[in-house]
Amino acid sequence: MLAAIRPDGWNLPLFLHVFGAMVLVGGLLVTSASVAVARGDVRLLRIGYLTLLSVCLPGYLVMRVGAEWIYSREQLADATDDPAWVGIGYITADAGALLLLIALVLGGIGLRRQRGGSGAGMLRASLVMSVVLLAAYVVTVWAMGAKPV
Amino acid sequence: MGLNNWLLALHLLSAFALVGAIVLFWVVVVVVRRTDRPEQVASAARLLPVGSVAVVVGSLGVVVFGVWLAISLDGVKVWDGWVIAAIVLWAIATEAGRRSDTEFAPCVARANELVAAGQTGSDPQLAELARTSRGLVLHTVATVATLLIVVDMIWKPGA
Repeated sequence: MLAAIRPDGWNLPLFLHVFGAMVLVGGLLVTSASVAVARGDVRLLRIGYLTLLSVCLPGYLVMRVGAEWIYSREQLADATDDPAWVGIGYITADAGALLLLIALVLGGIGLRRQRGGSGAGMLRASLVMSVVLLAAYVVTVWAMGAKPV
Repeated sequence: MGLNNWLLALHLLSAFALVGAIVLFWVVVVVVRRTDRPEQVASAARLLPVGSVAVVVGSLGVVVFGVWLAISLDGVKVWDGWVIAAIVLWAIATEAGRRSDTEFAPCVARANELVAAGQTGSDPQLAELARTSRGLVLHTVATVATLLIVVDMIWKPGA
């Protein structure tokens, strides 16, 4: 039961938003698990980074496009003040985009260097950032459901 | 914040945990199917316990909090068509996922056995076990059923 009954025109943008968010959070679960269980295993760090690139990034883009679309449909933009849950969504989406970008660049450099035998530290740092992102998005999902204020 | 808000939040978080587990299992399936080297399979398989916890928490949470919410909300009944459809799809996804896990288990066991024996080269039996089409089909069924639950939850046909 993702929400109460709503106008039909809201369903597709909401689906895109939720689907993208689920893919994003799913990818972040993989990246966080990779760095948590790697214990020096560079293969797992590579799996984590490639998941960040091929799952989290597309998931983020779909989530963000869906978010703007549903935001305009719900005409929340016309309101004087956004509800707190919308504010939380925007803050974590925008700050999350920056952190995701930094993690992707850092991990990409780490992956390149790793071919020469170094770079594992950068890969690990990139995936640690994804743990922060996962924590932020868990709070955001809670806020989207609970809608505090 | 009322009880229904909390139930919806917990229902949603459970759904994210369930989909997260499905994504994690897909990553492992893709990695395992692209290699015949035991260490690579064993490395990817180390992610599985995290997926197992997420799938149990997600599967149980989504149905418990979902049914509770359906009972608690005034405009929704547990016997509404779209709610029953979601429960049926949940049962299909859960069983397909469980069977898919059983299909891939011998591959992981073989990889761990080879790694323990110090064999690092490619292994044809491992490759065969990793490319189980039955396991792939079952995991696809679980994924599609879960995706249909999300569609059902949003469009709520018949509501």
